[in-house]
Amino acid sequence: MTETNAAPADASKPPESLIHARGLTKRFGEFTAVDGVDFDVQPGEAFGFLGPNGAGKTSTMRMIGCTSPISDGQLSVLGMNPRRDGTRIRARLGVVPQADTLDNELTVRENLLIYGRYFGLPRDECARRADELLDFVQLTDRGKDLVEPLSGGMKRRLTIARSLINEPDLMLLDEPTTGLDPQARHLLWDRLYRLKQRGVTLVLTTHYMDEAEQLCDRLVVMDKAKIVAEGSPQQLIERYSTKEVAEFRFAPGIQETLDGQFEGLAERIERLPDRVLLYADDGEAVVAGAHGRGLHPETVLVRRSTLEDVFLRLTGRSLIE
Amino acid sequence: MAALAGIRDGRTATPDPRYVSTWSTTARVIEHRALQYRRTFRASIFGSFGIPVLFLTAMGLGLGGYVDKSADAALHGLTYLQFLAPGLLAATVMQTGSFEATFPILGGLQWNKVFHAMFATPIRPADIVYGNVAWIALRLSLVGAVFAIVIVAFGASKSALVVLAVPSAVLTGLAFATPIMAFTATQRTPDRFATLFRFGVTPLFLFSGTFFPIESLPAVIQPIAWLSPLWHGVELCRELMLGTVGDTPLLALIHALVLVTIAAIGVAVALRTVEARLVKG
Repeated sequence: MTETNAAPADASKPPESLIHARGLTKRFGEFTAVDGVDFDVQPGEAFGFLGPNGAGKTSTMRMIGCTSPISDGQLSVLGMNPRRDGTRIRARLGVVPQADTLDNELTVRENLLIYGRYFGLPRDECARRADELLDFVQLTDRGKDLVEPLSGGMKRRLTIARSLINEPDLMLLDEPTTGLDPQARHLLWDRLYRLKQRGVTLVLTTHYMDEAEQLCDRLVVMDKAKIVAEGSPQQLIERYSTKEVAEFRFAPGIQETLDGQFEGLAERIERLPDRVLLYADDGEAVVAGAHGRGLHPETVLVRRSTLEDVFLRLTGRSLIE
Repeated sequence: MAALAGIRDGRTATPDPRYVSTWSTTARVIEHRALQYRRTFRASIFGSFGIPVLFLTAMGLGLGGYVDKSADAALHGLTYLQFLAPGLLAATVMQTGSFEATFPILGGLQWNKVFHAMFATPIRPADIVYGNVAWIALRLSLVGAVFAIVIVAFGASKSALVVLAVPSAVLTGLAFATPIMAFTATQRTPDRFATLFRFGVTPLFLFSGTFFPIESLPAVIQPIAWLSPLWHGVELCRELMLGTVGDTPLLALIHALVLVTIAAIGVAVALRTVEARLVKG
């Protein structure tokens, strides 16, 4: 189903990967949310699930997090079986859920303390780690405040700090920056990048291609419950797109009258409702060629290919609709 | 940073058996609820004293003054205050238990999703149920003990067995709290709580022998009162506080068994509905 470079499944040999999935499936009644996906996550890497809403990313994450039983296939997490060892696995995960699950009735610091207690840490150890983590996510001066008035970005940072209190072997981040403003996102990316530098294994889902490009060493593209491609961001762009893209926007009503005028200008042409994308290794040459044919777009943008283009190529749709 | 330096690569670490003991994981849920409660403790204690003082003054002394003058025979020689106090004890603890099983539980499952946060750690759905039931039992013990102190101060108890009326009232509260908790776990909004209180909790509060003996009800609906867990709780508390429990020990045992059974069934169902809800997300 996918171009995966992992070794073929071999039941007799224990998997080396932190996460090992073969034919992993999640069904809710008649609906199949995850349809037989295969992937492996190696220690120390940042691995991403990229796809639009409803692609099955969160269902996959919840199976890995041992809060949703698998319907079919194989899954091992940290070398253990989620069906049997859910509690032991969860003891070694750091989970950042899609929606904040902070306790608004407690202070910022108390949220960290009680979370450490869930893992059975002694109180003084919880206190020591809480202070360090507050410093790491730059919330030390808010420690005594209630959670409620914090900004969205601060709450996400607190959630990340909370997920680190048990010194996890594996962090699961489900859409860590969805809904944040650009400044808050960059601060959060910086913190996640630092974790990655320290060797923390990150598994994240996102529907932001820039997030995937910034953070992921390797990712799988998910669409309609299946994995449609796998590789590093650079590999995916090289494999499924061209070096550059020329984006043409025309005055309203003009684009519909154009038919065949772009033929031969580029390797591949995508016509979206609001613009035309021409894929070629030399974007400027495409623009020059179009002008030569008497085409006069209102705006022209030549840019490098991104994962968004990969997704468009693979599924015929945009990531965020 | 040391907290991060301890992060391992996942291949060398072995699971820690500490994480799998039921008692300690349940205790952490109780600890969380206690931490939340600390913030509202003073207001809560004040209310725990205020309610019984107000009710016993208004109804026991005020209304009771009239009742005692006109209807002495109906209460078999008791003052109305003595009749009312055990009923109010059981009924107040029941109401607190019912409330504690609605909004705070829905909050953890639906609003701030704190129970989902717990479930992402070694805490299991069963720990969340047991921990919350235990927490409610502690809350009810406090409410019941304060109520009993006020009753004794009013001179409304005839027996030292008032001490046993407190756990009896707690049991009554749990017989309501656990089935309601099981129900709450199936809800996503508090819309049906109003119905639950209007058509369930409040009628039982009024017609379970709390304010008047159920013999005052029309004969045909008296057996319905026997189905009310609150009636069993009220009777049990009353027998203890009037010192008549020795006359009909078997009856007291039946009351207690009914309450234990309902509470246990409630826990069993809540274990299923809470787990189903947490797994669903």
